[in-house]
This record gives sequence, structure tokens and C-alpha cells, in this order.
Amino acid sequence: MTTISNEKGGNGEQGDAQSADPHAIQTEGTQAQEEGSITRTQTAVYVYEAPLRLWHWVTVFSIITLCITGYFIGAPLPTMPGEAIDNYLMGYIRFAHFTAGYIVSIAFLGRIYWAFVGNSHARELFLPKLFSGKFWREVTHEIRWYLFLEKTPKKYIGHNPLGQLAMFFFFVIGLTFMIITGFALYAEGLGRESWADMMFGWVIPLMGQSQDVHTWHHLGMWYLITFVMIHVYVAIREDIMSRQSLISTMIGGWRMFKDDKPD
Amino acid sequence: MSQIETFYEVMRRQGITRRSFLKYCSLTAAALGLGPTFAPKIANAMETKERTPVIWLHGLECTCCSESFIRSAHPLVKDVVLSMISLDYDDTLMASAGHQAEAILEETIQKYKGKYILAVEGNPPLNEDGMFCIVGGKPFLDQLKHAAKDAAAVIAWGSCASWGCVQAARPNPTQAVPIHKVITDKPIIKVPGCPPIAEVMTGVITYMLTFGRLPELDRQGRPKMFYSQRIHDKCYRRPHFDAGQFVEEWDDEGARKGYCLYKVGCKGPTTYNACSTVRWNEGTSFPIQAGHGCIGCSEDGFWDKGSFYDRLTDINQFGIEQNADEIGMAVAGGVGAAVTAHAAVSAVKRAQHKGDQE
Repeated sequence: MTTISNEKGGNGEQGDAQSADPHAIQTEGTQAQEEGSITRTQTAVYVYEAPLRLWHWVTVFSIITLCITGYFIGAPLPTMPGEAIDNYLMGYIRFAHFTAGYIVSIAFLGRIYWAFVGNSHARELFLPKLFSGKFWREVTHEIRWYLFLEKTPKKYIGHNPLGQLAMFFFFVIGLTFMIITGFALYAEGLGRESWADMMFGWVIPLMGQSQDVHTWHHLGMWYLITFVMIHVYVAIREDIMSRQSLISTMIGGWRMFKDDKPD
Repeated sequence: MSQIETFYEVMRRQGITRRSFLKYCSLTAAALGLGPTFAPKIANAMETKERTPVIWLHGLECTCCSESFIRSAHPLVKDVVLSMISLDYDDTLMASAGHQAEAILEETIQKYKGKYILAVEGNPPLNEDGMFCIVGGKPFLDQLKHAAKDAAAVIAWGSCASWGCVQAARPNPTQAVPIHKVITDKPIIKVPGCPPIAEVMTGVITYMLTFGRLPELDRQGRPKMFYSQRIHDKCYRRPHFDAGQFVEEWDDEGARKGYCLYKVGCKGPTTYNACSTVRWNEGTSFPIQAGHGCIGCSEDGFWDKGSFYDRLTDINQFGIEQNADEIGMAVAGGVGAAVTAHAAVSAVKRAQHKGDQE
């Protein structure tokens, strides 16, 4: 199999990012250079750049840590035996939660930065093309595909439009909500006039009181868990059933296509 | 009273020695977190300043705020502040009653226009034109608005006036609302709690009377000096929380050893109040010290947060009362089942598809 980079038509930045990549080799295969029509016939495209992949896996491990520690903050483990001075279990759990919270937040800020400086696929998460007819036709196609009404899936270099919608509404909105409510709750411990209180303290009266913010933050966790379940399932399923690679793409960065047929 | 006395004169008239007076000033300075240099300033202010009249109104309430107030640990506060108030208007505590009492209210409003402090205990019901709370033949709402019009500042005593409390709990048939919903043009100091701690109440009044200005307030309008930290932040059982040592049931070993009450529903981690530092009844104890979790009485809508003995709040919006974990697990379980079913169908379809190809 040969590796082709052939994205010059659609998107300027994308072309730049790929021509800068030493792995991207131009080969025979697709000679029809007409814009738009042939972009999906190549067999491999460099989609996810290294910082983006690093961000993905850092977020994965942070969110796992956050969900486990967060759950045990809400419903603590059975009582520790011995004296209080010999134990610090809740302290460690909370420490892990706050540390992972910081990591996921800073990584998310870095991810937003990468949306500006990275390739066009780095922007997909934040900007689903909600006002494009093609986008919604592809969403419909994807829904039909998941309802077993389509026999053949389409090829996508980046996210498919339905995935993009899910990423935006479940993940981007969900994680933003968790970061804001999380730091609002964290500010309660840091105290009045702390940086977190200055930035996020307004959330608490907005939602009623501290207890309400706790409840919403808790519900937010289940929202993200639901997202993760669907995300992992769909990634595995698509990896098997669709016409492109999914899981290995988030490891190595290359999108492999299983056939050379057009859409 | 023909001429306005100073605070000091009122105190001396009540038989309080100068020594006790100075002691009171330094204690108040300490209670307000002002440091020792402020004690002489408070003394000076109380010696020279004319006392500020306070009108104390009662709406829909249970009088627990008044009950707390008259038990203020420091006897001077009780004698001085309370006598000052009774000189003006407090229908529960004043000697006069009926039309005589209402006349005094009117007189005070006229005489000290724009200068008096309005303290409100309880809140007004709005439903049925406010007919659920009648004072002197008129809805309390009218009296409140009338008295608030010429007040310098308004103190919202307790959770009723600050948030609504029990009478505003779901489904709130009388449509009781906190006073900031009807008084919108005056500074309001919220002193929530059901009731608020006596020393907090007298501390707030003393601060306003001596310095002639409002204490610094937080986002929700509560004095920062008493409501900046959660019960949890200063709880003497906090080390057991950090250690992960909890009371699991009310009669277990942990309960006897005084472990953290987090798991049996203590709302200390979400409640802003001074209970764990100032404590109650002359600093004797507070609920957690007595072995019962905090119920969060100084927080907005604390009646509507489910059981006092559950850690997680019930979410009523879903029609059924369930907490975040129950809802979350149900949703995650449903999604898990859907994913499994979808995976099974996908596998079957793929097998069929392969069969078709061959």
C-alpha cells in the first residue's frame, strides 16, 4: 500500500500541514486533480498531529482518574481503621481529583490553542458546520448507517459529521461545564478572593447554592461517562465496520482507508 | 424620649460598668476580626455617636431569630442592643401592643427618616394579595414596603428573609418570597441561618452601629466576616474526613468515636456559616459537636434538597426523587444495554453481509 497526501484542493492549512510532513509521499494512483471529487480515494492521510494525540490520551487518563476519584468523593470508601493521624485516604483521593482536574483543564486550553495553530482537523471538535447542507446530509447518512439502513458507510478523513456533533455537544460542552463547575467547587476550598473564586465563584449563586453545584457536577460526570461509553463503542465498531481506521489513527496519526473505491 | 442618647449612655443607664463596657468593645472587635487596635475605636464610637434606631419587623416566620438573638452570649449585647430596639419597634418584644405599637412604628419612621436600620425577620407572602400574613389589619407586604422606603439599610434576619426558608419550600402555597424580591432599592444584608447565630446577629448590628456603614458583603449579600467559610472548613471533625473515617450508621463505632458525619448527610461541606467557630449557646456546642450532621439551614432552599441524612441531593426535576448517582447509573446502564444490543445487531449484519459477498 502506498501513502498519498493529496489534500491540496479543499483546504490551504491542511495542505501546508501535510506538505510539511516528511512521511507524506505523493505517488501515482489518483491523477484526477479536480477539486473535491477525489480527495477520499487515497489510502492514508496524516490526520491527527502529535500534540493532538498526546492531548487525547492525557485527557483519557485524566477523565478516568477524575471519574473514579470524583465518585469516591461523593460516595466515600468504607471507614479506615486506626487513628486519624495515620490515615489520609480522602485527602489523597481529593488530591488526585484536583491534580487530574488541573491537568485536564490545562490540556484543554492547550487543545483550544492547537485548534488555532494545528491542521484543519484540529478545528473539527469546536466548529461543527451546523449551517451546511452537506453536513446535515452526511449526518442523516450516518444516522441511517447506525440504524442499519445504509449498506455502505462513507469515507471521512476527519470526524464524520455525526461524530463531530457528538464530540461538540457531549464532549466540548460537557468538559467545559465540568471545568467551570469543578473550579467553582475548588474555589470553595481555596477561599474567598482566591483566583478560582474570582474566576468561577459566580457559578455558585447562579445555580442556587453549593449543594446544587455539587449535584450538577455529579450529573456532568455521568454525562461524560455516557459519552465515553458511546465514544469507545463507536470507535471500535467503526474500526471494524467502516472503511477507515479509527483507533490506530489516534495512536499514530495516520488515517488508513481500507479500499480505493470512491464514496 | 426627648433627646437621643449615645450607646454608652444607654449602657450606663442600664447599670453597666465602664470596665464591662470596654471588655465588650474588645470582644466585639475580636469577634469582627478587627484586631486589638479597633477596640478603642469601637469604644470611642459608642461613647460619642448617637444611637441608630432599629425597627424590627416580623413577617411569616417562627420567631427563632428573635429567640436566638435574645440569647446572645454576651450579656451586654443583649441588654444594650435589645433595649435600643425595644425603644423603637419590635412587635414581639416591645411592651406596648395594638394601635399603640403601630403608632410607635409610624413615629419612628417619620422621626428618623432615612436614618434607621430596618431589620426584617420572616418574609412576605405574595399569593392572594399577601393575605396570608396580616399585621395591624394590613398585609405584611404593605408594612414591609412602607418601612423599607425610608430605611438607611435593611437587615434580612435568618433564612426566611434571606432565602425564603420553610414557607417558601416546594410547593410554596402562599408564594412566600425572600425580602430582596420586594425591596429592590435598598442595600440588604443577609444574615441567613435558621436561626442565625446570636453573636453573628449582634456582631452585624454592632458593626453597622459603630462604624456607620455596612459590613463587607459577599456575592450573595452575606457579611464576609461570618459567611466566608463553610462549616466543613473549620470543623473539628475535619481530620476524620481527610483520613476517610466516617460515621456509617448512627449507632456504630465511628459515631461513638466522633468520626466525620459526611456519609450520614452532613451538609457542612456546602454550608457557609460560623457554627464551627463561633458555636452556639455561649460557645458551648454546635450540631456536629452534638453528633448530628449539619442540615445546611443557612443555605438557599435547604428544605428542598432531599433528606437531611443523605449525602447526595435528590433531584426533583425528573418527577421522581432520585439523586445524581441513581439517575447517572440508570442512564449509563441504559446506554450500556443499547450499545450491547447495537453491537449484537452489527455483528449479525456483518456476518450476513459477508455471507452475501461470498
